[in-house]
Amino acid sequence: MVRKNKNFNIIVAGVGGQGLISLAKIIAESAFSSGYDIKTSELHGLSQRGGSVKINIRFGQKIYSPLVLKGKADLIIVLESQETLSNIYFSSAKTNFLINNEQTPTLGKTISEKKLVKEMKIFSNNFELVSAGETCQKELKTSAPTGIFLLSLALQKKLLPLSEKSILKAIKKILPKKYWEVNLKAFELSKK
Amino acid sequence: MENILRKTGKTILLGNEAIVRGALESGVQFVSTYPGTPASEIGDSFSNILKSKKGDFYFEYSVNEKVALEAGIGASFSNLKTLVAMKNFGLNVASDSLLPFCYTGTQGPTVIVVADDPSCYSSAQSEENSRAFAQLAHMPILEPADPQECKDFVGVAFQVSQKYKIPVMVRLTTRVAHQRAVVQLKKISAIKKEGIFIENKNQFVTMPPRVLEMKKELLAKIDKIKNEVSEKSFLNKIQNQRSKLNSKTEFSQGENEGEDETKSHRFQNSKVGIITSGISYLYTIESLKELSLDIPVLKLGFFHPLPEEKIKKFIGSPVTGLKKVLVIEELEPYLEREVERLAKNTNPKIQIFGKNYLSEIGELKTENIIPLLAKITGKKIKKNKNIEIDPIKHLPRFCSGCPYWNVFNGIKKATTKYKNIIFGGDIGCYMMAATCFDSFYDYLSCMGSSIGIGHGIAKATNGKKQKIISFIGDSTFFHSGIPALINCVHNESDILLIILDNQITAMTGHQPHPGIKNGKPRIKIENIIKALEIKNWKKIDPLKNYNDFIKTAEKFLDQKGVSVIIASHPCWLYYGKKK
Repeated sequence: MVRKNKNFNIIVAGVGGQGLISLAKIIAESAFSSGYDIKTSELHGLSQRGGSVKINIRFGQKIYSPLVLKGKADLIIVLESQETLSNIYFSSAKTNFLINNEQTPTLGKTISEKKLVKEMKIFSNNFELVSAGETCQKELKTSAPTGIFLLSLALQKKLLPLSEKSILKAIKKILPKKYWEVNLKAFELSKK
Repeated sequence: MENILRKTGKTILLGNEAIVRGALESGVQFVSTYPGTPASEIGDSFSNILKSKKGDFYFEYSVNEKVALEAGIGASFSNLKTLVAMKNFGLNVASDSLLPFCYTGTQGPTVIVVADDPSCYSSAQSEENSRAFAQLAHMPILEPADPQECKDFVGVAFQVSQKYKIPVMVRLTTRVAHQRAVVQLKKISAIKKEGIFIENKNQFVTMPPRVLEMKKELLAKIDKIKNEVSEKSFLNKIQNQRSKLNSKTEFSQGENEGEDETKSHRFQNSKVGIITSGISYLYTIESLKELSLDIPVLKLGFFHPLPEEKIKKFIGSPVTGLKKVLVIEELEPYLEREVERLAKNTNPKIQIFGKNYLSEIGELKTENIIPLLAKITGKKIKKNKNIEIDPIKHLPRFCSGCPYWNVFNGIKKATTKYKNIIFGGDIGCYMMAATCFDSFYDYLSCMGSSIGIGHGIAKATNGKKQKIISFIGDSTFFHSGIPALINCVHNESDILLIILDNQITAMTGHQPHPGIKNGKPRIKIENIIKALEIKNWKKIDPLKNYNDFIKTAEKFLDQKGVSVIIASHPCWLYYGKKK
């Protein structure tokens, strides 16, 4: 449960084409069906063209602004590890990070995993790099449900105050039927 | 789409979807648009509803925004309830038709939805603030803050348009259009689309001397809307905690059932007040919550005409009124200037804060308002630690199967022997040549301009030293490239035009255009080129015939006059994925 007068703030980050908007819709739907007020803010247009994407998701008793304030994110889910650092300013010492340990090429500078971990340690003790995409690719022959894998992991680790039941219901509401099976498998896969 | 069409109750909607729902609840009969982020989902939602046979309205993707508005004007003249949607730059294209439409006024009520994009997240050419059209066109403008208001304000806009026979604009910004939130729904009302045009030359013909009478009538309408609606409407009200707008249905109903907020104890004790509208209102409330402040806020749903008396009452007199007022708005200080003007007579001593602290450039954020509020109220705030990082950014790029990779690689190859080639860019996916090919373009402006500006450069430089290659996408070519190309032929330019024909409007989410209908070719670009009697032209698939593409470009560069290559290969993201 989210405490009274306290809102829960999530940033979902990655690159266009990773299904970030669907992931945000699932979290929003789940929170809404759990009785919370919700708001999200998305940017469209370049979202399928491999550019940096960040989505704000907020839920609680009453939400006004759709944007998460600096330092006020409770959870930051990153689907492309290099995108982690550009979202640091949303975090505080209390913020949890779940990062998919996977990179897609940029047209400019890049950062190695080792260096990323080193830089992250300056800001946070609560981050974890997870081979979510790799595991999905290996076990399910597709990395498409990487976001669902991380979402499920956030639930297992109690980093997200929503119920498994409401998330599963939201997956079925938001995603087309043909994608249910692979996503539900990814959801279970993260429990192993 | 399921959420938009839900019968009643509460559901989650994107701001743009809520616009569509609002129109459906109002019984919209005619919708036209040209896609443009951040407004695209409005047209797409209407289109999808029709495709699944769940609507009884007329919908079209028009060739450009001017034509979309003209189609809407025709529908309005034929007494249909009409909605036209576009992004901000589209309103510039449509403005030639917009101004006389405000003069003639509407027959069927008409709402024009326009989406601005502060910070230019998906806009190249300027950080346009479409509020300026209030003064230019004398058109009422409403500014919703969230999806609930998107839906409700469209309803109000139709009511105002119906009563006062004037088109009403609903202005969105990216953070409203692409904000998802819970919306309380009302019933959808479907009205059959049977328009009838009844001759009324006095209303529909803007010829002098009648046109000046029309202007007089228009100004009178705005004045009436100000007094009868804006001054009384719940859309403009003093609040701190958000009041329930949903209980009201009529646009002219008063605030809080006759209760005068300015007489309340809370208001009278406050020496500071805030005037705001649209998304800035949400950031304002968020800031007040962060600082645990209780300051009266005048939230304006009407940007034009402003409720001047209500604003004056809010500011108060030098004796009993506010000492300080903050005008919190994004981009240019249009609202602040009006407040300044009104304060001169009512409370000249009041201190006005706004753009002396908040930037006119880039989107407003809660983080910008908090320090200003703290300063004015003397509240202490913790300073955010400055984080020094140099984050990695993924720039948008062509998709991995995109045919444009070959177009630009090919042109690079074809032009190696020239030093001073000028590359003209236009609006669409191919803008990303700038990120993929090291700042590729030499100029880039607005829809269709690659050809027009290229022509000007060709004439100015006599085409002697520098060769010009302009690039334009298929949808953009139909939108506004054709007149510019005709001008090149008419005035005998030396220019090579590459038309990037990927058979869809790709950048904005794969909408059809006049070259493609239901997935099949319609108007063929080559037939237009042939009709213009351009001798040097060729249609080439840059993937299948890459070498021919390069050779043809080389050959055409050596020719005089206008040359055209239609680089034709379907968009991978749309057609490739469908296979």
